[in-house]
Amino acid sequence: MKILVSVKRVPDPYAKISPNASGTDINRDGLQMAVNPFDEIALEEAIRLKEAGKATEVVAVSIGSAEAQEQLRTALAMGADRAILVQTDDPLDAPSVAKILAAVYQREQPNLMLMGKQAIDMDENQVGQMLAAILDLPQATFASKITVENGTATVERETDNGIETVQVPLPAIITADLRLNEPRYVALTGIVRARSKPLETLTPADLGVQPRARVRLTQVEAPPARKAGKRVSDVHELVRLLREEARVI
Amino acid sequence: MKILVLAETDGGRVSEKSLPAIAFAQQKSPEAFTVLAIGDNLQCIETLTGYGAQAVLTVNHPALAKPLAERYAPVVAHYARQLGADAIVATTTTFSRDVLARVAGLLDAPMLSDIIALEQTDGKLVAKRPIYSANLIGTFEVEGSPVVMTVRGPAWGKPEPKGADSPVQTAEAPADIPTRSEWVRLQGGGGGRPDLTQARVVVSGGRPLKDPETFEKYIGGLADALGGAVGATRAAVDAGIAPNELQVGQTGKTVAPELYIAVAVSGSVQHLAGMKDSKVIVAINTDPEAPIFQVADYGLVADLYQVLPELTELLKNSKG
Ligand SMILES: Cc1cc2nc3c(=O)[nH]c(=O)nc-3n(C[C@H](O)[C@H](O)[C@H](O)COP(=O)(O)OP(=O)(O)OC[C@H]3O[C@@H](n4cnc5c(N)ncnc54)[C@H](O)[C@@H]3O)c2cc1C
Ligand SMILES: Nc1ncnc2c1ncn2[C@@H]1O[C@H](COP(=O)(O)O)[C@@H](O)[C@H]1O
Repeated sequence: MKILVSVKRVPDPYAKISPNASGTDINRDGLQMAVNPFDEIALEEAIRLKEAGKATEVVAVSIGSAEAQEQLRTALAMGADRAILVQTDDPLDAPSVAKILAAVYQREQPNLMLMGKQAIDMDENQVGQMLAAILDLPQATFASKITVENGTATVERETDNGIETVQVPLPAIITADLRLNEPRYVALTGIVRARSKPLETLTPADLGVQPRARVRLTQVEAPPARKAGKRVSDVHELVRLLREEARVI
Repeated sequence: MKILVLAETDGGRVSEKSLPAIAFAQQKSPEAFTVLAIGDNLQCIETLTGYGAQAVLTVNHPALAKPLAERYAPVVAHYARQLGADAIVATTTTFSRDVLARVAGLLDAPMLSDIIALEQTDGKLVAKRPIYSANLIGTFEVEGSPVVMTVRGPAWGKPEPKGADSPVQTAEAPADIPTRSEWVRLQGGGGGRPDLTQARVVVSGGRPLKDPETFEKYIGGLADALGGAVGATRAAVDAGIAPNELQVGQTGKTVAPELYIAVAVSGSVQHLAGMKDSKVIVAINTDPEAPIFQVADYGLVADLYQVLPELTELLKNSKG
């Protein structure tokens, strides 16, 4: 079984994010970048399936600037067998990313595609579902547990109403939620080994796709700040203020 | 703009979670919006009929008895085409994220997730939505039609009741519903407390609550004294202290109650993303430097085990 995993380059989840001077994007000076945390979890799951003898090959794919090679090297260091960068500096929206991933999927013909449920920069949570629609494949989103047996994946999904279990025949698209696993730390030996693993670079045109973003980010601003509150000294004062000042109880 | 609102359904029931999407449709398209509810033997349709929709379409079919995106998305796409919808909208929830992004894929439509504002200028749609864990607000321009959107519940609130009831129309399910995905079971939910995303008061607890019993006793106890819902941080959920559907934050639920009480919650950006639009925020934390105090209207530096029992008692007695 071959597994394809998508990996997006995003700002580190703990980095401080602020608008740039013109308010058209975020300030990227010296910003630490990382693998999207949900993709790291998807990748960890793929590698575990390989370690358990259920998968034979794990291929990581990223779409974006040449710098995304860094994140693909991290993926290779974690344990992916090879990587593909679809290199483009054009602005992308979710449908364009889904179309490029669909073309990579057609070329690779994996038995399973694992990806994050959302990229933590734009927080859209769209690409997996769009890709499943384009490829006409079953989907299981927000996975917190995956069991693969006899060509079927049994997936526990985190929904607003609780943990839902669904079964999807493979091939399918599965998107990872945070509690699926805890990604491993990358060992030094992995980093060394990753240098000699294949990393192929393609362009969207090589794949026969001409993406055009129809959703464009034009402005970035800080949300209105909350005004500083009060410290209270005990629960009696708290209850009194909630009742008399805030009038919420 | 012709709007098709997808109602939140769990297969058998229509839920009130759809109301913010209906409020959105009332504001953006008072003359022309239709609501679509999908399931099997659907109950509680009246939840949707009092708000001025042109029609409430109901699609009932045994294959649609459970909310599976693979089965629901083609139904939504079919009626979006038939109605010539310019926008396909639902309140942001795991249900709508799962189904509507697949609808966008089927229709090759652009999509906006979790929007808090929308304007139409020179035929172009301009939307605002939180990005980077709600650290920032982004403005987005969208081309094309239809556009698929999920709308952030707290930003749109409740729709206005309109006098006459909307007609309920039975609509056929398309013939070829794909049935590869199978629904197996749902664990959790219920509990008798108000729904987290609808509640007027939310009490949330963090990792220091130790175990499920302690969490239930202290956080559940305070919530019950206020008739409120219970929430949790990711750290509390990860530690097995609280069930996953209680998680508030970037990857959990977004809430904006009248009163949010954060108990032993540090106030990470990811947690704040889900609650900082609450009207009044109270923080109880032993660490005077905890970031949660930066958004709290009332902060109490104290050990939860010392102050929560007294606070709960005070509130219980004052209600009577
Ligand atoms: C991609 C990503 C997504 C995430 N999504 C979410 C999300 O949706 N929601 C979320 O909540 N988190 C999310 N997180 C995790 C987040 O970064 C924090 O780790 C988490 O919110 C911390 O939870 P906490 O406040 O319970 O625990 P801690 O940070 O450990 O804080 C515990 C607090 O309790 C105080 N305390 C200790 N003992 C007591 C006592 N006896 N009485 C009173 N106070 C006490 C401490 O001073 C401290 O401030 C996400 C992280 C990542 C990377
Ligand atoms: N530029 C990209 N390159 C690779 N994968 C991506 C890219 N953008 C999105 N994805 C994948 O799609 C998932 C969902 O992203 P989104 O819908 O943008 O929130 C992410 O977790 C990634 O796995």
